[in-house]
Amino acid sequence: MEVKQISVFLENRNGQLKEVTKILADNNIDIEALNIAETAEYGIVRLIVDNVQKAIDALIGDGFIISVNPVTVCNVPNVVGSLNRVLDKIAEANINIEYMYSIFGGKNAESKMVFKSDDPDLLKKVIG
Amino acid sequence: MEKYYQKELETMPREELKKLQSEKLVKQVRHAWDNCPDYRKKMEEAGLTPDDIKGIEDLHKLPFTSKDDLRDNYPFAMLAKPLADCVRIHSTSGTTGKRVIAYYTADDIRMWDECCARSLAAAGATREDMVQVSYGYGLFTGGAGFHGGSHLLGSTTIPMSSGNTDRQLQFMVDLGTTVLCCTPSYAAYLGETIKEKGIKNDIKLKAGIFGAEAWSEEMRRDIQEALGIKAYDIYGLTELSGPGVAYECSAQSGMHVNEDHFIAEIVDPETFEPLPAGSKGELVFTSLDKEAMPIIRYRTKDICVLSDEKCSCGRTFIKMAKPMGRSDDMLIIKGVNVFPSQIETVLLNNGYQANYQIIVDRVKNTDTFDINVELTPDKFTGNLGDISKKEKELVLALKSMLGIMANVHLVPPKSIARSEGKAVRIIDNRKI
Repeated sequence: MEVKQISVFLENRNGQLKEVTKILADNNIDIEALNIAETAEYGIVRLIVDNVQKAIDALIGDGFIISVNPVTVCNVPNVVGSLNRVLDKIAEANINIEYMYSIFGGKNAESKMVFKSDDPDLLKKVIG
Repeated sequence: MEKYYQKELETMPREELKKLQSEKLVKQVRHAWDNCPDYRKKMEEAGLTPDDIKGIEDLHKLPFTSKDDLRDNYPFAMLAKPLADCVRIHSTSGTTGKRVIAYYTADDIRMWDECCARSLAAAGATREDMVQVSYGYGLFTGGAGFHGGSHLLGSTTIPMSSGNTDRQLQFMVDLGTTVLCCTPSYAAYLGETIKEKGIKNDIKLKAGIFGAEAWSEEMRRDIQEALGIKAYDIYGLTELSGPGVAYECSAQSGMHVNEDHFIAEIVDPETFEPLPAGSKGELVFTSLDKEAMPIIRYRTKDICVLSDEKCSCGRTFIKMAKPMGRSDDMLIIKGVNVFPSQIETVLLNNGYQANYQIIVDRVKNTDTFDINVELTPDKFTGNLGDISKKEKELVLALKSMLGIMANVHLVPPKSIARSEGKAVRIIDNRKI
């Protein structure tokens, strides 16, 4: 499944992430997944939300720098070796993964993995 | 005992010196009027002809010259001699196409070399000495100036240029360098390296002449101790020749202006009225002997004080203090002149907005130079690696404009502190 992920550029200092979550809360937007990549000086918060356009408008409206990219989400059964099988397929298809992160559901639920790749269309065919 | 290169000139009685300056000023103004349309135009606008300038008492009547005047006349319009009579050029760093070019006839070079030879002699150098010139060679005047001065004095000159510290130290040890010429921050760096390597006893240095950037008395003590030398200051501008416009003597309490070649004035930076010796204001220079490019009342933008107190070295030339700041926004970082406008040009040329902040500090006697730049939305891909790639691109673009490396940090919009709506462009934490 392909979804739109929002990346937000943040300074690496106290309170920055909270400003993002506050805007989303104020606009009644649900965060389905969140991941942070950081260096000593700055960070990038990656979000998957229920209402992408509303989130984009709210964040830009508040002066944040954002980027919207397609990512591929795939179910990974909660059993040993399932992630390995998924990655096997991706490697075989020669798709380069820039980064990935997981979304854990509730108890007994399946986990999901989010993939940012250099070829989202192919990735969707391979693991979609 | 105090050493001089041209004792009769350097210790000339003030009355005679004033007479000499007056004679030379009349000729210099006439030369500028006859050969530089820009000077003639400005004098005409002020209702002056060369006949109105009879001596140094009339100096204040003459219009000022600014760096913009020199830039606007790029490349040839300030030339007062046929190009065939010029034997060399040097240049300041500057925004593209807006450099200041300085021209020199053979006699101009001779005068400049003499000024540097005076500085070397005042630092105790003779023909017996080994002088290591570790200023950069090239368009920058530091290397060429001391090279010429050392040559003229008859010292053995090592034209090292800057950089390659291991080689610098190897020559220093193997050849027994006695006099070092470089920027104070590089001298401090050499001192630290010597300490790390434990080779202080192998170093025969006795004196160093350090300029092109601001340095404190504390830094002087550090350098003197680390290198086991006396450290002397020097002042100069490419527009006037290069290093050696003013030089320090054994008293180490200010720099004697080479007043037989240059007249120094202090003016109020707002009203431009001349101020008496001892007052703080903008330093203004007039050349007296320059052939290729006469300079009339050039506003240096350096804030400074002149002292006419008698000096223990016997020189009668007036002394200038270390410049205390600037009347414009120019920064001197690692010995290089940096204007915020240059940084703005690079940012705009590379698709950024001019939202930036310069942070300068001095760590272990070496300048640090950081620039925060606000990222623009169209440049953000969401990829972490792309940000550092863009930072590196800016570092290279800035290096090619400024000649020195800055650490560039891309930051989110509006993260640069603004006071009263206006961003604070420069944070200079150096204590000089």
